[in-house]
Amino acid sequence: MDAAVLALAAIACAALSGVPGLRWRKQGPRLAAIGLGLGGALAVAAGISALFAPARLGTAAEGVMAGWRGSLLVDGISSVFLIACGLVAGAVGLYAVGYWRDAEQPAAPWTRLLAGLLVAGILGVFAAGDLLTFLIAWEVMSLCAFGLVATKHREAESRNAAWLYLATTRAATLSLIAACALWLQLTGGPGWSTLSTAVAGSAAGVTMLALFLVAFLIKAGAVPGHIWLPPAHAAAPSHVSAIMSGVLIKTGIYGLCRLGSCLEAPPLWWGGIIFGLGAASTLLGVIWALGSHDLKRLLAFHSIENIGIILLGLGLAMVGRSLGDPLLVVLGLSGALLHVLNHALFKSLLFLGAGAVDHACGTRQIDRLGGLARRMPTTAACFLIAAAAICALPPFNGFVSEYLVYLGLFHGAVGGWTWALAGLVALALTGGLALACFAKAAGIVFLGEPRTPAAARAHECSPSERAAMAMLAGCCLAIGVGLPALVPALQAAANASLPTGTVSLPSLDAGWYVTLAAAVLLAGGLLLWRWQQRAVQGAGATGTWDCGYAEPTARMQYTATSFAAPLAEQVAGVMLVERHRPQLAGGARFPATASFSDHPRDPVLERFLRPAAEAVAWLARGLRVVHGGWVHLYLLYVALTFAALLLWSLA
Amino acid sequence: MTWIEPADLAAHAPRILAHLAVLLVLPPLLLGLIAKVKAFFAGRVGPPLLQPYYDLAKLLRKGTVFSRTTTWVFRLGPVAGVVTAVLAGLMVPLGGVAAPISFTGDLLLVAYLLALGRFCTILSALDTGSAFEGMGASREAAYACLAEPALFLGFVALALLLPEGAQLNLGNLLAASPGGWELAAGGMALVAAAWMVVLLVENCRIPFDDPNTHLELTMIHEVMVLDHSGPPLGLILYGASVKLAVIGMLVLGLILPRSGHLAVDLAVGVGGLLGLAVVIGMIESSMARLRLLRVPALLVSAALLAGFGVILLAVR
Repeated sequence: MDAAVLALAAIACAALSGVPGLRWRKQGPRLAAIGLGLGGALAVAAGISALFAPARLGTAAEGVMAGWRGSLLVDGISSVFLIACGLVAGAVGLYAVGYWRDAEQPAAPWTRLLAGLLVAGILGVFAAGDLLTFLIAWEVMSLCAFGLVATKHREAESRNAAWLYLATTRAATLSLIAACALWLQLTGGPGWSTLSTAVAGSAAGVTMLALFLVAFLIKAGAVPGHIWLPPAHAAAPSHVSAIMSGVLIKTGIYGLCRLGSCLEAPPLWWGGIIFGLGAASTLLGVIWALGSHDLKRLLAFHSIENIGIILLGLGLAMVGRSLGDPLLVVLGLSGALLHVLNHALFKSLLFLGAGAVDHACGTRQIDRLGGLARRMPTTAACFLIAAAAICALPPFNGFVSEYLVYLGLFHGAVGGWTWALAGLVALALTGGLALACFAKAAGIVFLGEPRTPAAARAHECSPSERAAMAMLAGCCLAIGVGLPALVPALQAAANASLPTGTVSLPSLDAGWYVTLAAAVLLAGGLLLWRWQQRAVQGAGATGTWDCGYAEPTARMQYTATSFAAPLAEQVAGVMLVERHRPQLAGGARFPATASFSDHPRDPVLERFLRPAAEAVAWLARGLRVVHGGWVHLYLLYVALTFAALLLWSLA
Repeated sequence: MTWIEPADLAAHAPRILAHLAVLLVLPPLLLGLIAKVKAFFAGRVGPPLLQPYYDLAKLLRKGTVFSRTTTWVFRLGPVAGVVTAVLAGLMVPLGGVAAPISFTGDLLLVAYLLALGRFCTILSALDTGSAFEGMGASREAAYACLAEPALFLGFVALALLLPEGAQLNLGNLLAASPGGWELAAGGMALVAAAWMVVLLVENCRIPFDDPNTHLELTMIHEVMVLDHSGPPLGLILYGASVKLAVIGMLVLGLILPRSGHLAVDLAVGVGGLLGLAVVIGMIESSMARLRLLRVPALLVSAALLAGFGVILLAVR
């Protein structure tokens, strides 16, 4: 069937998924899951059928709605994003049946309605055939997300997160509207048309590109536009965080890809800025993640890191086009697009796992958890798979996309664009830091002994939640071992992202070797595991040896803070931690109970944006002197202005 | 890089078998040799050269005790340590003996396979819930992460030497090093020094970690495996020795001469590995372990050395 019609059906299914639940509350969760699942399946079908459509025009379904001609365009660029969104939406719908129960959440029907609309908005962004449709879908998405972040609006934390999100998303939208106005002026129509180099290089063209860049980078959560991302992801319900981190932030990436495909030849600064911010986001994201002890905030910082990896690939591709290096283009672009899909899969899985932990233990503080692998075995296994995938460890999907990006970076570093070397070092360092961070998150939360009674009482989540997580974990493994099968699709998507000419992914048989290595790894591991299981038959069980210490307690275990300390000390310069040191009362000999706490703060927000906002507020307060609310004073201003104008005109 | 045709298999078989034999059988001997060299410097007789093999045979026959705290993750660590090290080794050439598997970007798979082994070992240590093992795990994660840039910068330095259009794989990269010594010996020496530091830190040798230390508070690798016993401990010991050999092969690839004759190359490669073990033994005998707080400085210096190596090779 026509890809655009499939996409339209997917949008409709997702948008309406929460509606029946408003009337039939009891069946609401299931109906919503069916709607989202159907919408997700249709979106995946639309993506796959668009991938192998020969022309980059794709197919357009047009209709007249309320004065604007809405149109949909589904082509190779949309396809990767639609597939990612479809898979995540299906899993999230299934997960929400067990996770977001009406009995516990009084506003559950409204959350479902908004979640469905959010998915519809995101799908609309990916399938929009012109800028006006794009803008409307973008707004639906942004406002639904605001409503969902504010779900727990009785908590101050959620309210603050929602306001911060609203403020940044308004900034992005304003920038986008201005850019769209310039687009209409420059190209004469709202469609995605090709922008010639001369137009893109004019003053208006450069301004437009810069405005688009600001809007898309804020939405993608790249440094320094990331400030909304960690609090919003932490405050939203976990299945919504999964959608936000998995696909919502990818709308920014989609915008960059779509705009890139419209540029005849992107200017070098455009690719350079994307690449530079990608490198900065990668490193800073993982460093800040290392310092956070809230499981969902930690995952949110890793979203910034992974957006950075995607931007590295995208930046490489843009630079490759500016320099006329097709290999750089195809490696960067296919790596970035595959990482979009991969990050959607493993990050939504991680958020769903974090949601299950939060639900079972009532806390997201890593240092209060522990020992959950015994109590929640399926959640633990899925979380560990996703953790390995996000650290780019074979045989999971994170490795194959980072592999492509790395190849592009090597090619750039050796082949004449020396800046790629900086990205390469950043990515190598990030790999190690991410591994340390996820060893911390997975190890402290799921392994060892429970650190609090709440963690000790934890229970495994419901079957629907487990099924959703298992499905995503299966996708992570499938892509990790199935790179060769994806190569034609990636090539089609990459070619759709170029206005002219085609490029081909080199050395396709390397993909087979990755598959072979993954198979050997799995088979060898399984054989050795079985041998070890036989060898340790009849093993004794005792307490942890702990160097002979007889009475260890759970609180003597290493915590997330202590685990991260050696690395955190090295990178303290770019972290901002607020420490509350204990005031020891009761004399030096018998001090009373004291407490120490530290809270990581966002250095960009606290050091730069908040002072800037305060400066603006200070200026505004200064202006308040002249408008104190006295009407006679305002009349005086009017009279004085009139007099001044009169004098000016006379002179 | 193409698939080996069945007809060619016979021609390649001796090379592949020789590589496999060195990779699977030789590594514990390296540990024995290091211990012997250290004993020599200390004026002792020391344990027999083959002691690690005796230890392995003994451990595989011993019973096991598991902590009640642990889960399947604890048992995964030793298995992953061996499988990842061996699979990585299959992609690293031994001097002039080409690796059994070679393809574009295999260096990335090698680096990330070693990372996978480390990830599983760290989780396995955290699974015991012991503060000591947590401490070791934390240090392992921190130091390995700082060593990564030095490794990758070394790869870039070698990639600069590749002829136009040559494939980016370990075989080609390491084979380019003799040319590198002629062009810019200084740059190659810096890269070799940086990779030597990587070798020492990845394998927890002095000056980063003392494998023979007796104080749990200062250990890294040894403290992570305190709770393992019997066959799992044997696997860990074996996996660690294979990892030493694999990274050793990487370092040797920079400096070993190549003849093109399998027998000669094999002898040079094995001799190189044994020589490397002697050098490690000498380093361990002549240096004290660094203070833990000083370790990151040395690792960053290694990355800088490799970075200067890149510059020297780029502007040759």
